[in-house]
Amino acid sequence: MTATAEPEVGKARLRKEDARLITGRTRWTDNITLPGMLHLAVLRSPMAHARIVSIDTSAARDMPGVVAVLTATDLDPDGEIGMPCAWPITPDMRHPRRPVLAATEVNFAGEGVAVVAARSAAEAEDALEHIEVEYEDLPVVLDMEAALAEGAPLVHEDLGTNRSALWVFDSGEAGTGGDVEQAISDAEVKLTRRFRQQRLIPAFMEPRSTVVDPTGPQLTVWSSTQIPHILRVMTAMTLGVPEHKLRVVAPDVGGGFGGKIAVLPEEMMAALVARKLGKPVKWTESRSDAMLTAHHGRDQIQDITISATRDGMVTGLKVDLLADMGAYLGLVGPGVPLLGAFMFNAIYKIPAYRFACTNVFTNKTLTDAYRGAGRPEATFAIERMMDELAAELGMDPLELREKNWIRHDEFPFTTVAGLTYDSGNYEAATERAKQLFDYDGLRREQQARRASNDPVQLGIGISTYTEMCGLAPSRVLGSLAYGAGGWESASIRMLPTGKVEVVTGSSAHGQGHETAWSQIVADQLGVPFEDIEVLHGDTQFSPKGMDTYGSRSLAVGGTALVLAARRVLDKAKPVAAHMLECSVDDMEFTGGKFTVQGTDQSVGIQDVALAVFAAHDLPDGYEASLDSDATFDPENFSYPHGTHLCATEVDTETGRVSIRSYVCVDDVGKVVNPLIVEGQIHGGLAQGIAQALYEEAVHDESGTLTTGTFADYYLPSAADMPTFVTDRTETPSTTNPLGVKGVGEAGTIASTPAVVNSVIDAVRHMGVDDIEMPCSPMRVWQAIQGGAR
Amino acid sequence: MRITVSVDGTKYTDDVEPRMLLVHYLRERLGKTGTVVGCDTSNCGACTVHLDGHSVKSCSVLAVQADGCEVTTVEGLARDGRMHPVQQAFHDNHALQCGFCTPGMIMQAIDLLADDPDPDENAVRHGLEGNLCRCTGYQNIVRAVRDAASKMAPGAGPVAEQVSDSEITSRAPSHTGGGS
Ligand code: FES
Ligand code: FES
Repeated sequence: MTATAEPEVGKARLRKEDARLITGRTRWTDNITLPGMLHLAVLRSPMAHARIVSIDTSAARDMPGVVAVLTATDLDPDGEIGMPCAWPITPDMRHPRRPVLAATEVNFAGEGVAVVAARSAAEAEDALEHIEVEYEDLPVVLDMEAALAEGAPLVHEDLGTNRSALWVFDSGEAGTGGDVEQAISDAEVKLTRRFRQQRLIPAFMEPRSTVVDPTGPQLTVWSSTQIPHILRVMTAMTLGVPEHKLRVVAPDVGGGFGGKIAVLPEEMMAALVARKLGKPVKWTESRSDAMLTAHHGRDQIQDITISATRDGMVTGLKVDLLADMGAYLGLVGPGVPLLGAFMFNAIYKIPAYRFACTNVFTNKTLTDAYRGAGRPEATFAIERMMDELAAELGMDPLELREKNWIRHDEFPFTTVAGLTYDSGNYEAATERAKQLFDYDGLRREQQARRASNDPVQLGIGISTYTEMCGLAPSRVLGSLAYGAGGWESASIRMLPTGKVEVVTGSSAHGQGHETAWSQIVADQLGVPFEDIEVLHGDTQFSPKGMDTYGSRSLAVGGTALVLAARRVLDKAKPVAAHMLECSVDDMEFTGGKFTVQGTDQSVGIQDVALAVFAAHDLPDGYEASLDSDATFDPENFSYPHGTHLCATEVDTETGRVSIRSYVCVDDVGKVVNPLIVEGQIHGGLAQGIAQALYEEAVHDESGTLTTGTFADYYLPSAADMPTFVTDRTETPSTTNPLGVKGVGEAGTIASTPAVVNSVIDAVRHMGVDDIEMPCSPMRVWQAIQGGAR
Repeated sequence: MRITVSVDGTKYTDDVEPRMLLVHYLRERLGKTGTVVGCDTSNCGACTVHLDGHSVKSCSVLAVQADGCEVTTVEGLARDGRMHPVQQAFHDNHALQCGFCTPGMIMQAIDLLADDPDPDENAVRHGLEGNLCRCTGYQNIVRAVRDAASKMAPGAGPVAEQVSDSEITSRAPSHTGGGS
C-alpha cells in the first residue's frame, strides 16, 4: 500500500451496478411478488372530456379471479383526496383537485375511473372490459390559444377560466437590467418569432410499477420512481398516513428523465386498495397506458422578440410563453417554465429582459418535468433567435455569439435574470469545437454546394448553451414558492472490518451513483474503491433525501458526501492520535493513513474503525462511533456550458434530413468518471436530437392521443442516430468543493437548437427561416416549397 | 395445454393457458425476471430471448409455441460465473445506464454476431433497430457490439451462447479497448 495512490476521481471506472443489470439479476418493481398479492388494472376514460353518468361494476365483479372492483366512491367517498402540486408559482394559481379516480367528470383521455383487483394481472385486465361506464360528452378544448379565448369551453367549469397562472419577471422591475419595451422601441434591428415546443413523451423504458404491502408495521411502497423521499412525504400528506408508518423503496428503476418525478394517482390508489383489502397489491402499467397517462413534457408556444444594434449587440429580449399544463397540475409542472425563465438570456450580456408565462389548462394528459425541464425550451428559443438575428444582420452566427457572450475574464457575472454565473470559458469550448468540426472547411463546402445547386444541401447549426444545474439553493426555491428545499444528505458508516457503507439521499436510476460515489469516498477516506458500498432509494436506511433530477446529484449530493467524509476523519483523528501516542496536532492524513508528522509511524483509517468498534482503549470521554452525516445546501447553482456544432445534409427534393457530423465540447467542470459523463452526454444528445427530428405527441380533434404506442411515437433507434464526437473543457465550478457542475441534461438542452439551426441553415437560401419541430421530411419539404414561392 | 421447454439449460414441464405469452411464462411461472417487458406492440425488444438459438421478441411468441424448444435468456449466458463476451463488452464499454433495455440488447447483439461476426458500424446500428434504448444514445452499445466481435473468434457459430466454457474464458477481455 502506498500513500500516494492515484486519485479515484477522474478515473474511467467501469460501473459497479452493471454486474446485476447485464446478467438479469435485477430488482425492478414489477419483479416483486408477495404472498397473497393482488394485481390491479385501471379502467381509463376513452373520452377527453365527459360527465360520468353511471358506472356499473357488477359484471366485472363476477369475472374469474376478481376480488374487488372499486371506484372513487369506494376509495374516497367524500372526495377529499387530491394529488399534490408542490409548486404554486403564484398566490392566486388555480389548482383543480385531481382525484385518484374520476368521480363525476373525466378531463383527459386516459384518466382512471375504476380499478380491478384480481388474483392475476391477466384476470384483472380481462375484467376491465366488463365494467360499464356511461359518459355524457362535454366540449373538448385542446389548443392553448383557443382555451384562453372568450367563451372557450372550460376544462374545469368551477374555475371559471382555463388560465392557471401568469408569472412575470421583468429586469426593469427587478433592478437587474433595463426596461425591455424601451430597448425594443429604440432598437436599430428587431426580430419577432413564434416557436412551438411540441409535446413530448419522456418514454423511460421501464413502465411504471408500484407494489404496496399493508401487512407490516409500516405501509411499504415500492415504486419505479425518481423520488422515493418526496413520495414518502407526499403520500403521508395526501393520504394522511403518518409519515413514520410509511416506508418507500425505489428498487432498480429503469430510467426516468423527469417522467418519474411524480406522485401518481396509481400509487395512491394502490395504497388505498391495499389498506382496504388488507393484502399486498401490484400495479404495473402497459406501455400504452404509460404513453397516455405518464406526464408529457414541453408543449409551449414561445413568442420571442429580440432587439439589437446594426453591428450585432443584443439590446433586449422579450419572451411571452403559453405553457400547456394539460388537464391538471403535476407535482412540479407549473414551475417547469420558471426553470427556463432564468435561462433565455443564456450566455449573453443582454441589458434588458422580460419573461411572462401563462399556464393553461387543456383536455390533455398533464405535462411536467422532462429532461432539462424549462431549460431546453429557453435554450432553443435564444439559440434559434441568435441564428435568425445573424441572418438578418448578414453576420456569421458564431461571430454574433462571440460578440455578445460573457468573456472568460468577466466571471463572476450577474445576468439580466439575476443569476450569478460563477465561472465559464465559452471561448475555449467554442475554439475546441470548431477545430474538431472543421467549421471553416464545412462552410466552404456549403458554399460550393449552394453554387452548384446540389439537390443535397449542407447546413451548419450552432448552439452555445449554459444551464443552471445543481438544483438548488433552498432560499432560491423558497423565493420561487417551491414547496421544498434543495439540499441533499449523505451518511458514511465505517464498519468494524474497515469496509464502508455510504448512504445517499439522491436516488439513481441509471446515472451510476454507486460507482461515482464510491470514487469520491475512496479519495476522501483513502479506502479502496471496492471496499465501499453505496446504498440508496429506501427510506428505511436512507431516511433523508431530495432525490435525483435537475442535474443535482453530484453537485449537491456529492458535496454532502465530501462533508460527511470530513466528519468521519475528524472523529477518527483523536483515536488515531491515541493509538499512535501523539498529539492530534502532530498528525497528518494522506492516502487513508494518519501519520505522525516527520515519522513513519502511522495507522490506517480502517484500523481506527476496528479500534472504535472494539472500544477497549479510546481517549477518555470519546463517543465510540465514526459514523457521520452531512447535509449540503448549495449557495448558488452550477453552470455547465458548451458549444455544440451540427452538420446536416438536407435532401431538398424529399425533405430528408441526415446528420453528417455532430461535435460537442461540454464544460461540466471537474469530472468524477469520464465514462459516465460521456454516457450522459450521448443519451442527452439522442433525446435532444429526437425532439428536433422525430418525436411528437399528437392528439386528434376529439382529444385522443394518436401516438399512443411505440409503433406511432417515433422513438429513435440505433439506426436513426449518428456517431457523436465529444470532448470537454474543464473550468471547475466554484460553488462546491468538488468543482463539479452536473451533466444529466446538457446534451438534451444543447442539441435541439443545434440540429434545427443546421436544417434551416441548409435551406435558408431557398427562403426558409423556420421549420416547426420535429423537422420531419414532410415539414422540411413543405417549408422549401413555401420558401420558394 | 402442457408444454415442455428447456430454459437456460433446465427442463420445465407446465400447464399453460393457450394465450399465455412466452415472456409472461418466463417471468411469472419460471421467475426469469431478467427478461423484461417494455411495450405492448412488439416494438421495443426489451423482451428478446433466443428460441432454438435465434433471437425472438418473447412478447410476440406464445408459450405453447416454445413447446419442445430451447430458450436462452440473459440469465443463461454466463458460464461458471464468467460472463459471455457480449455481456463483458457491454460492461467494458459502458453500454448501459438504467439497464432496462440491456437484456434484450445483449440477446439481439449475440444473434447479430452469429449472422455477421464482423459487422461494421452501420450493420450494428441496423441489426439493433428493433431494440430501443432511451438512456445511451446507442453509441456505446454499438461500440460494445463491435468490441465483442473483435474478441470472439471469427465464426463463433450460429449460437454464440453455446461456446464452451474454456472458449469464453480464453476470450474474456481483461481490459477495455478495441471497438470503434
Ligand atoms: S416487450 Fe417485447 S418488444 Fe417490447
Ligand atoms: S440503458 Fe436505459 S433504456 Fe437502455
